[in-house]
Amino acid sequence: MIAFMQNLLGPAWPVVWTLVKIIAIVAPIMGAVAYLTLAERKVIGFMQVRMGPNRVGYFGLLQPIADGLKLLMKEIIIPSAANKTLFLLGPVLAIAPALAAWAVVPFDVDMILADIDAGLLYILAMTSVAVYGVIIAGWASNSKYAFLGSLRSAAQIVSYEIAMGFALVGVLMCAGSLNLGKIVVAQAGGFWQWYWLPLFPLFIVYFISAVAETNRAPFDVAEGESEIVAGFHVEYSGMAFAVFFLAEYANMILVCMLAAIMFLGGWQPLLDVAPFNMIPGFLWLIIKVALLLFFFLWFRATFPRYRYDQIMRLGWKVFIPITLVWIIVVGGLMQTPLAYLFH
Amino acid sequence: MLAKIKTVLSSLMLVELLKGMALTGRYFFARKITIQFPEERTPMSPRFRGLHALRRYPNGEERCIACKLCEAVCPAMAITIESEQREDNTRRTTRYDIDLTKCIFCGFCEESCPVDSIVETRIFDYHGEKRGDLLYTKPMLLAVGDKYETQIAADRSADAKYR
Amino acid sequence: MNFNDYVFYVLAAILLFAGLRVITSRNPVHAALHLVLAFFTAAGIWLLLEAEFLAIALVLVYVGAVMVLFLFVVMMLDINLDKLREGFWEALPIALPVGILMTLEMVMILGSKHFGVDRVAAPTPHPAGYSNTAELGRQLYTDYLLPFELASVVLLVAIVAAIALTLRDRKDSKFIDPAEQVKVKRADRIRMVSMPADVEIPAAAETEGKDKA
Repeated sequence: MIAFMQNLLGPAWPVVWTLVKIIAIVAPIMGAVAYLTLAERKVIGFMQVRMGPNRVGYFGLLQPIADGLKLLMKEIIIPSAANKTLFLLGPVLAIAPALAAWAVVPFDVDMILADIDAGLLYILAMTSVAVYGVIIAGWASNSKYAFLGSLRSAAQIVSYEIAMGFALVGVLMCAGSLNLGKIVVAQAGGFWQWYWLPLFPLFIVYFISAVAETNRAPFDVAEGESEIVAGFHVEYSGMAFAVFFLAEYANMILVCMLAAIMFLGGWQPLLDVAPFNMIPGFLWLIIKVALLLFFFLWFRATFPRYRYDQIMRLGWKVFIPITLVWIIVVGGLMQTPLAYLFH
Repeated sequence: MLAKIKTVLSSLMLVELLKGMALTGRYFFARKITIQFPEERTPMSPRFRGLHALRRYPNGEERCIACKLCEAVCPAMAITIESEQREDNTRRTTRYDIDLTKCIFCGFCEESCPVDSIVETRIFDYHGEKRGDLLYTKPMLLAVGDKYETQIAADRSADAKYR
Repeated sequence: MNFNDYVFYVLAAILLFAGLRVITSRNPVHAALHLVLAFFTAAGIWLLLEAEFLAIALVLVYVGAVMVLFLFVVMMLDINLDKLREGFWEALPIALPVGILMTLEMVMILGSKHFGVDRVAAPTPHPAGYSNTAELGRQLYTDYLLPFELASVVLLVAIVAAIALTLRDRKDSKFIDPAEQVKVKRADRIRMVSMPADVEIPAAAETEGKDKA
């Protein structure tokens, strides 16, 4: 089948084949995003002793589709004094990097769109570019709430990116590679070989920074509805608003995927013995990501919103020192007989 | 000093955050208290103050004698009454309107009525689709009363000894 | 011309356009955003030159951090550009010679025998296992160790100096240290008092209550 298509399309084949692979990655992500919104409402509902949505379809399973249709039908209102081009560019810039980063994510052995060597750097670059969507949306809306939200979000993302980057430096030191596939391979052989154990402080710092980086509760001051209404997307409606939501959830899945790859052994099974390694690696990765995503929702159901100056303090004065110290500890221990811990 | 170290350690270990998560985690498995509204309803007092109704005597004669006490007592001025003499020389209303968009459901009309004519029923999930749908006129109120008379009578008798 | 050449020309055209817009656009925010676009396309051209680490680092550092802070400032300032542009042409007598001089210098460098398409070798495509990052690291920490460390010390000094210049304790400042605030525990603020419910009711109050009932 593939060979036939290859002959048919000739020189256009690589382009078409890449496009097919891109669709094979993006379509499930969009589905996962849709059902993550349902999962969020369900989980938070359950933790608040409610049911969550259960009217549209059995167990509310059609709710995301109904929501999507509703938003699709709604009018996109552009404020009269807004900068129209940038206003519409904002959502695009928010979702484009969130999806582009998936190009280098390894789903299984050899299941990767672009096996580039600086994969991790690429993902970090893409997540840092994602902040432009928020900034541009906030500025182009010509609304003070939106602008305040975008400023908060920009400052927060830039600060936590440093802690996040340092946390990942620890992983790089252990794995000795920026290639995500190689990092996973370096963690082969059971859950005690995964990097969460020797790099536990970095894992925690990374995960909390990831929550902050995606503007999720309790770090969601960018949209803090009690102070600045809805933050950067207060002027958005209809599909433009939905795209921001898609981007936020796609980013959530991405940072969880990254955490699973860097600290929880990616596609590696829990134990490398009979019943566990029968399950395909792809499923293992999904299980790990789902578990981490559950923690995202759990945080949102549990913690009240952080105050802004405390967020900044946590990022600069707590996380960055912790990561720096632990990197030095790791670097020092790697020169001692204990180096096998960090293989 | 020791206390300080303990505080720093416990904040580094995220002790309080984990406690909070344990609490919400426990509630995740708790029995849900949601009432699935149209299928399930919460129990309701016989004194519930919902949609208004005008009652009749068992012989079909309407109770209202157009004393206008309800109109006078209504704090929201939602009630409008006009009256004249009927052929049998009794005083009857020709118009009895309740504007439900004004009504605050305080129950004063019900309290003030000397003949238990205007009452408030247990109906709370009514609606209007256009302007004016919620202006209830005399025939509409009488129709409500006729339809739910058994329920209304039962509620009055259940509450009678406290009045 | 092969595929890479086409990509290069497209990227170069975008880069030139973006660069021009940076200096010609009336809105400072637009100018900053065009600068972002310029960085992005420049990163694309570096990728074509097989410098993937540098390309991604450009996006990560300049697009992801530096330009965000730039935009921050530009957005917060409500600049009236027409005022800024007043007397723009009065600077011509100085600006023109400087501009011509710079153009001449660039022509001398770019047109010299050391520069040009045929003099700079095209980057050789590397095998699949080749790691640009590792190679760069090796170079930095062996051949260029001293300049690299010196540069980092200079940067560190700059950071410390910037903080030291701006960090001053104002007596009238109402700033509260969030670190002090988060240390507060429940016990510091409230005291739980046990108050049993079975308190004796004074006799007088009891009879009064009965009368009312």
